[in-house]
Amino acid sequence: MTDWQPGGLLEGYGAGGFYCELCGTAKRPALHTQTVRERIDGLSLAELRRRAQAAERELFNLGVTFTVYTSREQIDRILPFDVIPRVLSAAEWDTIERGVVQRVTALNRFIADVYHEQRILRDGIVPTELVLGNANFRPQMQGLKVPFGNYVNICGVDIVRGGDGRFYVLEDNARTPSGVSYVVENRHLTQRAFPDLMRNIGVRSVSNYGQRLVGQLTELAAGTGRDPSVVLLSPGVYNSAYFEHVFLAREMGVPLVEGRDLIVRDDRVFMKTTGGLQPVNVIYRRIDDDFLDPEAFNPKSMLGVRGLMRAYRAGNVVLANAVGTGIADDKAVYAYVPRIIRYYLDEDAILPNVETHICREREGLEYTLANLERLVVKPVGESGGYGILIGPHASRKALAEFRRRLRAAPANYISQPVVQLSVCPTVTRSGIEPRHVDLRPFAVTGRSTWVLPGGLTRVALRKGSLIVNSSQGGGSKDTWVLE
Amino acid sequence: MNNLLSRHAESIFWLARQVERSNSTARILDVNETFSRNARGEHDWESVLRLYGDEQNFRATGRRPTADAVLHFYILDGDNPNSVLSSIRMARENARALRPLISTEMWVQLNGFHNRLSRLRKSDLKIENLNRLCSYIKESCQTHSGITAETLYRDESWYFHQIGRALERADQTTRLVDVKYQVLLPQPSDVGSAIDEAQWNTVLRSAAGFHAFRRVNPQSMSPAKVVDFIVFDKRFPRSVAASVLVANEHLHELRLKHGHTAKRTASNLLRRLAASLAEESADDLITRGLHEGLDEIQAQLAAVTDALGREFFLLTEVDDAPPREATEAPA
Repeated sequence: MTDWQPGGLLEGYGAGGFYCELCGTAKRPALHTQTVRERIDGLSLAELRRRAQAAERELFNLGVTFTVYTSREQIDRILPFDVIPRVLSAAEWDTIERGVVQRVTALNRFIADVYHEQRILRDGIVPTELVLGNANFRPQMQGLKVPFGNYVNICGVDIVRGGDGRFYVLEDNARTPSGVSYVVENRHLTQRAFPDLMRNIGVRSVSNYGQRLVGQLTELAAGTGRDPSVVLLSPGVYNSAYFEHVFLAREMGVPLVEGRDLIVRDDRVFMKTTGGLQPVNVIYRRIDDDFLDPEAFNPKSMLGVRGLMRAYRAGNVVLANAVGTGIADDKAVYAYVPRIIRYYLDEDAILPNVETHICREREGLEYTLANLERLVVKPVGESGGYGILIGPHASRKALAEFRRRLRAAPANYISQPVVQLSVCPTVTRSGIEPRHVDLRPFAVTGRSTWVLPGGLTRVALRKGSLIVNSSQGGGSKDTWVLE
Repeated sequence: MNNLLSRHAESIFWLARQVERSNSTARILDVNETFSRNARGEHDWESVLRLYGDEQNFRATGRRPTADAVLHFYILDGDNPNSVLSSIRMARENARALRPLISTEMWVQLNGFHNRLSRLRKSDLKIENLNRLCSYIKESCQTHSGITAETLYRDESWYFHQIGRALERADQTTRLVDVKYQVLLPQPSDVGSAIDEAQWNTVLRSAAGFHAFRRVNPQSMSPAKVVDFIVFDKRFPRSVAASVLVANEHLHELRLKHGHTAKRTASNLLRRLAASLAEESADDLITRGLHEGLDEIQAQLAAVTDALGREFFLLTEVDDAPPREATEAPA
């Protein structure tokens, strides 16, 4: 097995010293991908390009797009799709899945604690001011019970793989994570464009996400009535994630509403239909806390529903995610998540954080100051505002300036080494080349937590770039979890 | 039973109207170019402006009513809300808002139609390319209707789509008849002449009714017969009477099947209009004054649209603050 050598498309492909998702490392080749590798190797570049173009055209025609609006026109863009899949073994997925479930469980326990007893703050595990002083802390949530004590019902966890082949969590998205529509659409695309690539390889299905989601959300409403009505609340067509809202509403089979479609009467939520007002029990909201209710939060919000928080506090409607989950995915709190997991679950984190130095702690600050030119320094919470420092790319003057800032307000910063993200073979203008990838699995939590097998693999399409965001030249890949 | 969001009902009603309007516009431009010449053998493009009551809006463009200018105004002018491009753009924005309801195939077709229209250039509007372009627009609008009939789930959205399409078609057809009649009347000497007959042919052809008319009236062609056919013939699918009947039937079924029997205004108005179209003849209408009669039909169609808005769509507009009457109270 290990003596297989590429003789076709992958000949001459090198991962440049990074961990390769398809090939592994020279010492430890990825055995589970052998069949896929052979099949890709057997394709010609021209054939691969032809199919890739057809796939992207299809995305465009189907309207799997985000829209950029100018004053005169709307421009539909697709998230570029790279046809070479990212393949995870069953064992790798087992680690990720358990790690994500553990993390989501601990974050939910943390949020529940913060809005009730605040034991973790009293015990000094997480600094009180970091949480209570956070812009995303919502005093309105204090003492309010949510179904099953779970606040984060939909969570996206950003995971990277280091040069050592291990997975690390880079960031939690516990408010309104997006991207899951691409997971399902990318799979459908691969099934249509590359049936030969998938044949007889057991790949775990992703197509039941909508059903699972609506099932879990309905479960949350068990207390509000017998046949709960679920809706998806979107900011509307101008939102860049609008396609995803359409996708999810359709997959879930629930109405896609905007704030203006809803109204609160006697602390109950209704939608405005041709037949009058009809009750709403669960809202999967894709609108941030701030814009949810002009009465409770940002008074200028045109997207929200006046009185929604009153209905919510009265227990007449379930919001998913709950209000106030932003305290759990803040960069400052991120650094404490391994301790949060230990505190509530008495377990080590299955998925470790990227090595993080907390500058509000003396050791962290000293380490950061001493190694600034090798580190990435990030502002935390809403307190920062000075932007990120990428040590290896910073001038001597910028480093000196940042040292001064760090000393002046160390609590505003954390630092991390530059993570050497793993790579995956990717179709580029100059043939098949390695490009850096990350992974965002999606976890759905009602009574318990379920993780969609795989997740969104984002790929930095620019050579050498570590930035996978779609706004900065990122694309995506289909992500396979093998049986 | 879950009803349709008011906003979605309104969107699909207008989506259907916008596509139907583009269909009519393409027909009128095409036929005007092919068949409509005045006594001096020149194209009369101002008649199209009169037909839509657009003389003033067009004057604002600062251009003379040449073929180029009028065609641009009605096909590609983004500042003219009634141009084909504007209508299809609005239809597509409505479709975007309706994507959770409509089929993917409906979206793909409308999106492709819009994208191709927005790539058109001036040269595509040249007279020698016009017939091809108008055919493309007509066919795309008909494709929309076909895909909708084949794929749209028959819940309330289907009814609002069909009602919107039928009301728009009825309105467009009255305008078509009205303008041609007006153009003709001022010259009594022309009545019965070759030009006169050509004008009436034009009317029939733009409604895709020329051959059907011939089958019904193989011997003669008179203004009264043409008016009778285009306004009153229930078997001719683009006639005013047929369109009003389609709207009436769909509204009736919508009310019965989806629990709207208490909403009577729009339905009564439509039924009354259908009844008067069934009773009246072309001769009556012409005697009483064709222009006034058609104006009256247009006003009644507009009243139906207003009533639909009040009865089905209004909730979209209602402010959150003031209390509501009992009819809108939660079920």
